[in-house]
Amino acid sequence: MKKMMAMLLTGVMISSMALPVLAEDEAKHFTIATDTVFKPFEYTDTNGDFVGIDVDILAAIAEDQGFTYDLNSLGWDSAIAACQAKQADGMIAGASITDERKESGWIFSDGYFNATQSMTVKDDSDIAGFEDLEGKTVGVKTGTQGASYAESLKDEYGFEITYFEDSPTMYQAVVGGQVVSCFEDTPIMASSIQDGGLPLKVLEDTANDGAPYGFAVFNEEGQELIDLFNAGLADIVENGTYEEIVAKYLGEDTAAASAAAMKGDAE
Amino acid sequence: MLRILNSYGALLLRAMGQTLLLALSGLFFACILGMIFGILSVLKNKACNIIAQIFVDVIRGVPMIVLAYFIYFGLPYGLNTLAGMNVTLSALQAGTICLALNCGAYMAEIIRAGIQSVDIGQMEAARSLGLPYWRAMQRVVLPQAIRTMIPSIINQFIITLKDTSILSVIGFPELVNTAKNVVANTFMSFQTWIIVGIMYLIIITILSRLAKMLERRLNRGRF
Repeated sequence: MKKMMAMLLTGVMISSMALPVLAEDEAKHFTIATDTVFKPFEYTDTNGDFVGIDVDILAAIAEDQGFTYDLNSLGWDSAIAACQAKQADGMIAGASITDERKESGWIFSDGYFNATQSMTVKDDSDIAGFEDLEGKTVGVKTGTQGASYAESLKDEYGFEITYFEDSPTMYQAVVGGQVVSCFEDTPIMASSIQDGGLPLKVLEDTANDGAPYGFAVFNEEGQELIDLFNAGLADIVENGTYEEIVAKYLGEDTAAASAAAMKGDAE
Repeated sequence: MLRILNSYGALLLRAMGQTLLLALSGLFFACILGMIFGILSVLKNKACNIIAQIFVDVIRGVPMIVLAYFIYFGLPYGLNTLAGMNVTLSALQAGTICLALNCGAYMAEIIRAGIQSVDIGQMEAARSLGLPYWRAMQRVVLPQAIRTMIPSIINQFIITLKDTSILSVIGFPELVNTAKNVVANTFMSFQTWIIVGIMYLIIITILSRLAKMLERRLNRGRF
Protein backbone atom coordinates (compact mmCIF):
# COMPACT_ATOMS: atom_id res chain seq x y z
CA MET A 1 0.00 0.00 0.00
CA LYS A 2 2.77 2.37 1.02
CA LYS A 3 4.64 1.53 -2.13
CA MET A 4 1.62 2.28 -4.26
CA MET A 5 1.14 5.62 -2.51
CA ALA A 6 4.77 6.47 -3.12
CA MET A 7 4.50 5.54 -6.75
CA LEU A 8 1.34 7.54 -7.11
CA LEU A 9 2.95 10.57 -5.49
CA THR A 10 6.02 10.30 -7.67
CA GLY A 11 3.78 10.02 -10.67
CA VAL A 12 1.90 13.14 -9.72
CA MET A 13 5.11 15.01 -9.10
CA ILE A 14 6.64 14.01 -12.40
CA SER A 15 3.56 14.86 -14.38
CA SER A 16 3.18 18.20 -12.64
CA MET A 17 6.75 19.01 -13.57
CA ALA A 18 6.26 17.84 -17.09
CA LEU A 19 2.99 19.65 -17.68
CA PRO A 20 4.30 23.21 -18.01
CA VAL A 21 6.94 21.97 -20.44
CA LEU A 22 4.26 20.35 -22.56
CA ALA A 23 2.12 23.47 -22.47
CA GLU A 24 5.08 25.56 -23.54
CA ASP A 25 5.55 23.39 -26.58
CA GLU A 26 1.99 23.89 -27.66
CA ALA A 27 2.00 27.69 -27.54
CA LYS A 28 4.63 29.91 -26.03
CA HIS A 29 3.30 32.34 -23.47
CA PHE A 30 4.88 35.64 -22.48
CA THR A 31 4.16 38.50 -20.18
CA ILE A 32 4.76 41.86 -21.81
CA ALA A 33 4.84 45.14 -19.95
CA THR A 34 3.85 48.52 -21.35
CA ASP A 35 3.16 52.13 -20.44
CA THR A 36 -0.26 53.41 -19.32
CA VAL A 37 -0.69 56.42 -21.63
CA PHE A 38 1.56 57.07 -24.59
CA LYS A 39 -0.86 58.10 -27.26
CA PRO A 40 -1.21 56.74 -29.90
CA PHE A 41 1.12 53.84 -29.03
CA GLU A 42 -0.87 52.73 -26.02
CA TYR A 43 -3.88 54.27 -24.33
CA THR A 44 -7.39 53.49 -23.18
CA ASP A 45 -9.99 54.57 -25.70
CA THR A 46 -13.48 55.90 -24.98
CA ASN A 47 -14.88 52.35 -24.87
CA GLY A 48 -12.46 51.44 -22.10
CA ASP A 49 -10.39 49.22 -24.42
CA PHE A 50 -6.63 49.32 -24.24
CA VAL A 51 -5.50 50.12 -27.77
CA GLY A 52 -2.66 51.69 -29.73
CA ILE A 53 0.03 51.01 -32.30
CA ASP A 54 2.16 48.99 -29.86
CA VAL A 55 -0.86 46.97 -28.76
CA ASP A 56 -1.96 46.17 -32.32
CA ILE A 57 1.54 45.42 -33.60
CA LEU A 58 2.15 43.04 -30.72
CA ALA A 59 -1.18 41.31 -31.38
CA ALA A 60 -0.40 40.98 -35.10
CA ILE A 61 3.10 39.61 -34.44
CA ALA A 62 1.85 37.15 -31.82
CA GLU A 63 -0.72 35.84 -34.27
CA ASP A 64 1.87 35.60 -37.04
CA GLN A 65 4.42 33.79 -34.87
CA GLY A 66 1.89 31.74 -32.91
CA PHE A 67 2.61 32.78 -29.35
CA THR A 68 0.27 34.03 -26.65
CA TYR A 69 0.88 36.82 -24.17
CA ASP A 70 -0.50 38.91 -21.35
CA LEU A 71 -0.09 42.63 -21.83
CA ASN A 72 0.30 44.48 -18.53
CA SER A 73 -0.16 48.22 -18.60
CA LEU A 74 2.18 49.04 -15.72
CA GLY A 75 3.47 52.48 -16.61
CA TRP A 76 6.85 53.40 -18.00
CA ASP A 77 8.99 53.16 -14.83
CA SER A 78 7.29 50.03 -13.57
CA ALA A 79 7.59 48.36 -16.96
CA ILE A 80 11.37 48.79 -16.83
CA ALA A 81 11.53 47.45 -13.28
CA ALA A 82 9.23 44.54 -14.14
CA CYS A 83 11.56 43.36 -16.90
CA GLN A 84 14.57 43.58 -14.58
CA ALA A 85 12.72 41.64 -11.89
CA LYS A 86 11.55 39.04 -14.45
CA GLN A 87 7.94 39.85 -13.68
CA ALA A 88 7.69 40.51 -17.39
CA ASP A 89 9.51 38.95 -20.32
CA GLY A 90 9.75 42.10 -22.38
CA MET A 91 8.40 45.58 -22.83
CA ILE A 92 6.85 47.47 -25.70
CA ALA A 93 6.28 51.10 -24.81
CA GLY A 94 7.53 53.29 -27.61
CA ALA A 95 11.04 52.94 -26.19
CA SER A 96 13.76 54.47 -28.34
CA ILE A 97 16.76 52.31 -29.09
CA THR A 98 19.72 54.09 -27.49
CA ASP A 99 23.31 53.09 -26.81
CA GLU A 100 23.09 54.06 -23.16
CA ARG A 101 20.22 51.59 -22.63
CA LYS A 102 22.06 48.83 -24.50
CA GLU A 103 25.11 49.36 -22.31
CA SER A 104 22.93 48.58 -19.29
CA GLY A 105 22.31 45.10 -20.71
CA TRP A 106 19.03 45.59 -22.55
CA ILE A 107 18.45 43.96 -25.90
CA PHE A 108 16.30 45.69 -28.48
CA SER A 109 14.41 44.30 -31.44
CA ASP A 110 14.64 45.88 -34.88
CA GLY A 111 13.05 49.31 -34.92
CA TYR A 112 9.30 49.12 -35.53
CA PHE A 113 8.60 52.83 -35.87
CA ASN A 114 10.79 55.76 -36.77
CA ALA A 115 9.74 59.07 -35.33
CA THR A 116 11.20 62.52 -35.52
CA GLN A 117 10.90 64.84 -32.55
CA SER A 118 9.90 68.46 -32.67
CA MET A 119 8.76 71.31 -30.50
CA THR A 120 5.20 72.40 -29.80
CA VAL A 121 4.08 75.75 -28.41
CA LYS A 122 0.77 77.37 -27.51
CA ASP A 123 -1.10 78.43 -30.65
CA ASP A 124 -0.85 82.13 -29.78
CA SER A 125 2.80 81.92 -28.64
CA ASP A 126 5.48 84.33 -29.88
CA ILE A 127 8.06 81.58 -29.88
CA ALA A 128 9.05 80.69 -33.42
CA GLY A 129 12.20 78.68 -32.86
CA PHE A 130 14.88 77.62 -30.39
CA GLU A 131 16.39 81.14 -30.38
CA ASP A 132 13.35 82.42 -28.47
CA LEU A 133 13.80 79.96 -25.62
CA GLU A 134 16.56 81.76 -23.74
CA GLY A 135 15.82 81.85 -20.01
CA LYS A 136 12.50 80.01 -20.50
CA THR A 137 11.41 76.59 -19.27
CA VAL A 138 10.31 73.80 -21.59
CA GLY A 139 8.52 70.54 -20.75
CA VAL A 140 9.50 67.02 -21.76
CA LYS A 141 8.34 63.54 -20.84
CA THR A 142 10.74 61.44 -18.78
CA GLY A 143 12.71 58.93 -20.82
CA THR A 144 11.50 59.96 -24.24
CA GLN A 145 13.56 60.83 -27.27
CA GLY A 146 12.00 64.29 -27.02
CA ALA A 147 13.71 64.65 -23.64
CA SER A 148 17.10 63.73 -25.13
CA TYR A 149 16.53 66.16 -27.97
CA ALA A 150 15.75 69.01 -25.57
CA GLU A 151 18.77 68.08 -23.42
CA SER A 152 21.02 68.30 -26.46
CA LEU A 153 19.81 71.85 -27.19
CA LYS A 154 19.58 73.10 -23.62
CA ASP A 155 23.05 74.60 -23.23
CA GLU A 156 23.26 76.08 -26.70
CA TYR A 157 20.00 78.02 -26.37
CA GLY A 158 20.05 78.56 -22.59
CA PHE A 159 16.68 77.13 -21.46
CA GLU A 160 15.59 75.00 -18.49
CA ILE A 161 13.86 71.62 -18.66
CA THR A 162 10.99 70.34 -16.53
CA TYR A 163 10.36 66.58 -16.63
CA PHE A 164 6.79 65.28 -16.60
CA GLU A 165 5.64 61.72 -16.19
CA ASP A 166 3.06 61.52 -18.90
CA SER A 167 2.08 63.34 -22.05
CA PRO A 168 -1.32 64.71 -20.89
CA THR A 169 0.32 66.48 -17.92
CA MET A 170 3.01 67.88 -20.19
CA TYR A 171 0.50 69.28 -22.70
CA GLN A 172 -1.55 70.68 -19.83
CA ALA A 173 1.53 72.55 -18.62
CA VAL A 174 2.03 74.15 -22.04
CA VAL A 175 -1.64 75.12 -22.27
CA GLY A 176 -1.58 76.48 -18.71
CA GLY A 177 1.64 78.42 -19.30
CA GLN A 178 3.74 76.61 -16.68
CA VAL A 179 6.20 75.82 -19.47
CA VAL A 180 6.50 77.65 -22.80
CA SER A 181 6.84 74.62 -25.05
CA CYS A 182 7.24 70.86 -25.07
CA PHE A 183 9.26 68.33 -27.06
CA GLU A 184 7.81 65.07 -28.29
CA ASP A 185 7.47 62.82 -31.29
CA THR A 186 6.04 64.79 -34.20
CA PRO A 187 3.25 62.35 -35.24
CA ILE A 188 2.20 61.86 -31.61
CA MET A 189 1.88 65.55 -30.96
CA ALA A 190 0.00 66.07 -34.18
CA SER A 191 -2.47 63.33 -33.28
CA SER A 192 -2.88 64.46 -29.65
CA ILE A 193 -3.48 68.07 -30.65
CA GLN A 194 -6.08 67.00 -33.20
CA ASP A 195 -7.87 64.45 -31.00
CA GLY A 196 -7.88 66.59 -27.90
CA GLY A 197 -8.62 69.88 -29.66
CA LEU A 198 -5.68 71.38 -27.78
CA PRO A 199 -4.75 75.04 -28.38
CA LEU A 200 -1.21 74.09 -29.45
CA LYS A 201 0.80 74.14 -32.67
CA VAL A 202 3.78 72.05 -33.79
CA LEU A 203 6.71 74.09 -35.11
CA GLU A 204 7.51 72.04 -38.20
CA ASP A 205 11.06 73.27 -38.78
CA THR A 206 12.20 72.28 -35.29
CA ALA A 207 12.25 68.56 -36.13
CA ASN A 208 15.39 66.44 -35.70
CA ASP A 209 16.48 63.31 -37.58
CA GLY A 210 14.62 60.89 -35.32
CA ALA A 211 15.39 57.52 -33.80
CA PRO A 212 13.63 54.16 -34.07
CA TYR A 213 11.45 52.54 -31.40
CA GLY A 214 12.18 48.98 -30.36
CA PHE A 215 10.72 46.14 -28.36
CA ALA A 216 13.05 45.46 -25.41
CA VAL A 217 14.05 42.53 -23.18
CA PHE A 218 16.37 42.71 -20.21
CA ASN A 219 18.89 39.93 -20.90
CA GLU A 220 19.93 37.08 -23.19
CA GLU A 221 17.11 34.85 -21.91
CA GLY A 222 14.79 37.10 -23.85
CA GLN A 223 16.64 36.59 -27.13
CA GLU A 224 14.05 34.04 -28.23
CA LEU A 225 11.29 36.59 -27.81
CA ILE A 226 13.31 39.19 -29.73
CA ASP A 227 13.79 36.69 -32.58
CA LEU A 228 10.06 35.97 -32.67
CA PHE A 229 9.32 39.69 -32.62
CA ASN A 230 11.74 40.47 -35.44
CA ALA A 231 10.48 37.61 -37.62
CA GLY A 232 6.87 38.61 -37.01
CA LEU A 233 7.61 42.27 -37.66
CA ALA A 234 9.21 41.48 -41.01
CA ASP A 235 6.13 39.42 -41.96
CA ILE A 236 3.55 42.05 -41.02
CA VAL A 237 5.50 44.78 -42.81
CA GLU A 238 5.60 42.53 -45.88
CA ASN A 239 1.90 41.61 -45.88
CA GLY A 240 0.65 45.15 -45.27
CA THR A 241 -0.76 44.60 -41.77
CA TYR A 242 1.82 47.02 -40.38
CA GLU A 243 0.75 49.82 -42.68
CA GLU A 244 -2.91 49.21 -41.80
CA ILE A 245 -2.18 49.48 -38.10
CA VAL A 246 -0.20 52.71 -38.40
CA ALA A 247 -2.82 54.19 -40.75
CA LYS A 248 -5.53 53.49 -38.17
CA TYR A 249 -3.81 55.78 -35.66
CA LEU A 250 -1.74 58.26 -37.64
CA GLY A 251 -3.38 58.50 -41.06
CA GLU A 252 -2.49 57.11 -44.50
CA ASP A 253 0.43 59.41 -45.26
CA THR A 254 2.46 58.70 -42.14
CA ALA A 255 1.67 55.00 -42.49
CA ALA A 256 2.84 54.78 -46.10
CA ALA A 257 6.05 56.67 -45.30
CA SER A 258 6.69 54.57 -42.23
CA ALA A 259 6.06 51.28 -44.04
CA ALA A 260 8.29 52.32 -46.93
CA ALA A 261 11.07 53.18 -44.48
CA MET A 262 10.66 49.81 -42.75
CA LYS A 263 10.89 47.94 -46.05
CA GLY A 264 13.97 49.97 -46.96
CA ASP A 265 15.57 48.94 -43.68
CA ALA A 266 14.86 45.27 -44.30
CA GLU A 267 16.64 45.21 -47.64
CA MET B 1 25.60 51.11 -9.71
CA LEU B 2 29.02 52.74 -9.96
CA ARG B 3 28.21 53.74 -13.51
CA ILE B 4 25.09 55.55 -12.33
CA LEU B 5 27.04 57.33 -9.59
CA ASN B 6 29.70 58.33 -12.09
CA SER B 7 27.40 59.77 -14.71
CA TYR B 8 24.47 60.90 -12.58
CA GLY B 9 25.88 61.36 -9.06
CA ALA B 10 26.08 65.16 -9.33
CA LEU B 11 22.56 65.31 -10.75
CA LEU B 12 21.17 63.19 -7.92
CA LEU B 13 22.96 65.30 -5.31
CA ARG B 14 21.46 68.44 -6.80
CA ALA B 15 18.06 66.73 -6.69
CA MET B 16 18.61 65.95 -3.01
CA GLY B 17 19.25 69.66 -2.45
CA GLN B 18 16.00 70.47 -4.26
CA THR B 19 14.14 67.96 -2.09
CA LEU B 20 15.49 69.66 1.04
CA LEU B 21 14.69 73.13 -0.31
CA LEU B 22 11.10 72.13 -1.08
CA ALA B 23 10.66 70.35 2.25
CA LEU B 24 12.04 73.23 4.30
CA SER B 25 10.05 75.95 2.54
CA GLY B 26 6.92 73.80 2.81
CA LEU B 27 7.53 73.13 6.50
CA PHE B 28 8.15 76.80 7.25
CA PHE B 29 4.74 77.83 5.95
CA ALA B 30 3.15 74.70 7.39
CA CYS B 31 4.29 75.76 10.88
CA ILE B 32 2.68 79.18 10.43
CA LEU B 33 -0.57 77.70 9.08
CA GLY B 34 -0.56 75.01 11.77
CA MET B 35 -0.16 77.56 14.55
CA ILE B 36 -2.90 79.80 13.21
CA PHE B 37 -5.44 77.03 12.72
CA GLY B 38 -4.36 75.14 15.84
CA ILE B 39 -4.99 78.19 18.00
CA LEU B 40 -8.23 78.98 16.14
CA SER B 41 -9.55 75.56 17.04
CA VAL B 42 -8.96 75.94 20.80
CA LEU B 43 -10.31 79.49 21.12
CA LYS B 44 -13.65 79.83 22.91
CA ASN B 45 -15.28 81.14 19.77
CA LYS B 46 -17.59 78.99 17.66
CA ALA B 47 -16.84 80.77 14.36
CA CYS B 48 -13.08 80.32 14.79
CA ASN B 49 -13.50 76.66 15.71
CA ILE B 50 -15.64 76.03 12.64
CA ILE B 51 -13.17 77.74 10.28
CA ALA B 52 -10.32 75.63 11.67
CA GLN B 53 -12.41 72.47 11.46
CA ILE B 54 -13.31 73.09 7.81
CA PHE B 55 -9.67 73.73 6.89
CA VAL B 56 -8.50 70.53 8.54
CA ASP B 57 -11.35 68.44 7.11
CA VAL B 58 -10.94 69.68 3.55
CA ILE B 59 -7.17 69.32 3.38
CA ARG B 60 -7.12 66.01 5.22
CA GLY B 61 -9.88 64.70 3.00
CA VAL B 62 -8.00 65.23 -0.27
CA PRO B 63 -5.00 63.08 -1.26
CA MET B 64 -1.89 65.18 -1.76
CA ILE B 65 -1.42 64.09 -5.36
CA VAL B 66 -4.88 65.49 -6.20
CA LEU B 67 -4.06 68.67 -4.30
CA ALA B 68 -0.80 68.97 -6.26
CA TYR B 69 -2.50 68.73 -9.66
CA PHE B 70 -5.20 71.11 -8.49
CA ILE B 71 -2.80 73.77 -7.24
CA TYR B 72 -0.34 73.53 -10.13
CA PHE B 73 -2.88 73.48 -12.95
CA GLY B 74 -6.27 74.34 -11.50
CA LEU B 75 -5.40 77.34 -9.35
CA PRO B 76 -3.69 79.49 -12.03
CA TYR B 77 -6.38 78.49 -14.52
CA GLY B 78 -9.14 79.50 -12.12
CA LEU B 79 -7.50 82.80 -11.20
CA ASN B 80 -6.74 83.67 -14.81
CA THR B 81 -10.09 82.83 -16.34
CA LEU B 82 -12.42 83.72 -13.48
CA ALA B 83 -10.64 86.63 -11.84
CA GLY B 84 -8.92 87.89 -15.00
CA MET B 85 -5.49 87.75 -13.41
CA ASN B 86 -2.27 86.67 -15.06
CA VAL B 87 -0.74 84.14 -12.70
CA THR B 88 1.74 81.39 -13.38
CA LEU B 89 2.98 79.20 -10.57
CA SER B 90 6.38 77.59 -10.73
CA ALA B 91 6.62 73.97 -9.63
CA LEU B 92 8.46 75.11 -6.50
CA GLN B 93 5.75 77.62 -5.57
CA ALA B 94 2.95 75.15 -6.23
CA GLY B 95 4.86 72.45 -4.34
CA THR B 96 5.42 74.72 -1.35
CA ILE B 97 1.75 75.68 -1.19
CA CYS B 98 0.76 72.05 -1.46
CA LEU B 99 3.09 70.89 1.33
CA ALA B 100 2.23 73.87 3.52
CA LEU B 101 -1.50 73.18 3.26
CA ASN B 102 -1.18 69.46 3.72
CA CYS B 103 1.32 69.51 6.56
CA GLY B 104 -0.34 72.62 8.05
CA ALA B 105 -3.61 70.75 8.52
CA TYR B 106 -1.91 67.95 10.41
CA MET B 107 0.16 70.43 12.44
CA ALA B 108 -3.05 72.25 13.41
CA GLU B 109 -4.40 69.00 14.82
CA ILE B 110 -1.16 68.26 16.67
CA ILE B 111 -1.14 71.74 18.19
CA ARG B 112 -4.82 71.53 19.14
CA ALA B 113 -4.31 68.15 20.79
CA GLY B 114 -1.18 69.42 22.54
CA ILE B 115 -2.94 72.41 24.05
CA GLN B 116 -5.98 70.38 25.06
CA SER B 117 -3.77 67.78 26.73
CA VAL B 118 -2.72 70.35 29.32
CA ASP B 119 -5.05 70.02 32.30
CA ILE B 120 -7.75 72.68 32.21
CA GLY B 121 -6.96 73.41 35.87
CA GLN B 122 -3.66 74.96 34.78
CA MET B 123 -5.46 77.62 32.80
CA GLU B 124 -8.03 78.12 35.56
CA ALA B 125 -5.31 78.49 38.19
CA ALA B 126 -3.37 80.99 36.06
CA ARG B 127 -6.50 83.01 35.37
CA SER B 128 -7.49 83.04 39.06
CA LEU B 129 -4.04 84.42 39.88
CA GLY B 130 -4.97 87.35 37.68
CA LEU B 131 -3.12 86.53 34.43
CA PRO B 132 -5.00 87.59 31.28
CA TYR B 133 -6.00 84.77 28.85
CA TRP B 134 -3.19 85.27 26.33
CA ARG B 135 -0.55 85.64 29.02
CA ALA B 136 -1.76 82.51 30.74
CA MET B 137 -1.67 80.70 27.42
CA GLN B 138 1.83 81.95 26.63
CA ARG B 139 3.43 81.49 30.03
CA VAL B 140 1.61 78.51 31.50
CA VAL B 141 -0.20 76.38 28.95
CA LEU B 142 2.00 76.56 25.83
CA PRO B 143 5.32 75.67 27.49
CA GLN B 144 3.74 72.48 28.80
CA ALA B 145 1.90 71.77 25.54
CA ILE B 146 4.98 72.12 23.38
CA ARG B 147 6.75 69.29 25.19
CA THR B 148 3.95 66.89 24.34
CA MET B 149 3.76 68.16 20.78
CA ILE B 150 7.43 67.86 19.86
CA PRO B 151 7.56 64.13 19.07
CA SER B 152 4.44 64.33 16.89
CA ILE B 153 5.72 67.44 15.15
CA ILE B 154 9.04 65.76 14.34
CA ASN B 155 7.14 62.79 13.03
CA GLN B 156 5.08 65.09 10.84
CA PHE B 157 8.24 66.81 9.55
CA ILE B 158 9.66 63.48 8.45
CA ILE B 159 6.40 62.49 6.77
CA THR B 160 6.35 65.82 4.93
CA LEU B 161 9.94 65.41 3.81
CA LYS B 162 9.01 62.08 2.28
CA ASP B 163 5.81 63.52 0.80
CA THR B 164 7.91 65.81 -1.39
CA SER B 165 8.31 62.74 -3.61
CA ILE B 166 4.63 63.07 -4.57
CA LEU B 167 5.44 66.43 -6.13
CA SER B 168 7.50 64.66 -8.78
CA VAL B 169 4.22 64.48 -10.73
CA ILE B 170 4.17 68.23 -11.32
CA GLY B 171 7.69 68.10 -12.70
CA PHE B 172 9.58 69.51 -9.72
CA PRO B 173 13.15 68.19 -10.08
CA GLU B 174 13.38 66.57 -6.63
CA LEU B 175 14.89 63.13 -5.97
CA VAL B 176 12.12 60.90 -7.29
CA ASN B 177 11.54 62.96 -10.43
CA THR B 178 15.26 62.97 -11.19
CA ALA B 179 15.61 59.28 -10.39
CA LYS B 180 12.88 58.47 -12.90
CA ASN B 181 14.94 60.28 -15.51
CA VAL B 182 18.03 58.33 -14.61
CA VAL B 183 16.06 55.08 -14.83
CA ALA B 184 14.67 56.07 -18.21
CA ASN B 185 18.08 56.98 -19.60
CA THR B 186 19.98 53.99 -18.27
CA PHE B 187 17.15 51.47 -17.93
CA MET B 188 18.73 50.52 -14.57
CA SER B 189 15.81 50.52 -12.20
CA PHE B 190 16.86 48.81 -8.96
CA GLN B 191 20.32 50.29 -8.85
CA THR B 192 18.92 53.79 -9.14
CA TRP B 193 16.21 53.26 -6.54
CA ILE B 194 18.69 51.80 -4.07
CA ILE B 195 20.83 54.93 -4.38
CA VAL B 196 17.79 57.16 -3.96
CA GLY B 197 16.55 55.15 -0.98
CA ILE B 198 19.90 55.53 0.75
CA MET B 199 19.90 59.27 0.07
CA TYR B 200 16.49 59.67 1.73
CA LEU B 201 17.62 57.50 4.62
CA ILE B 202 20.66 59.70 5.21
CA ILE B 203 18.68 62.97 5.19
CA ILE B 204 15.99 61.60 7.47
CA THR B 205 18.43 60.01 9.91
CA ILE B 206 20.28 63.31 10.27
CA LEU B 207 16.98 65.13 10.74
CA SER B 208 15.81 62.66 13.41
CA ARG B 209 19.09 62.95 15.33
CA LEU B 210 18.87 66.76 15.31
CA ALA B 211 15.29 66.54 16.47
CA LYS B 212 16.20 64.21 19.32
CA MET B 213 18.83 66.70 20.49
CA LEU B 214 16.28 69.49 20.39
CA GLU B 215 13.79 67.38 22.31
CA ARG B 216 16.33 66.68 25.04
CA ARG B 217 17.12 70.36 25.40
CA LEU B 218 13.47 71.30 25.72
CA ASN B 219 12.91 68.61 28.32
CA ARG B 220 15.81 69.67 30.49
CA GLY B 221 13.63 71.67 32.89
CA ARG B 222 11.17 68.83 33.27
CA PHE B 223 10.83 67.06 36.58
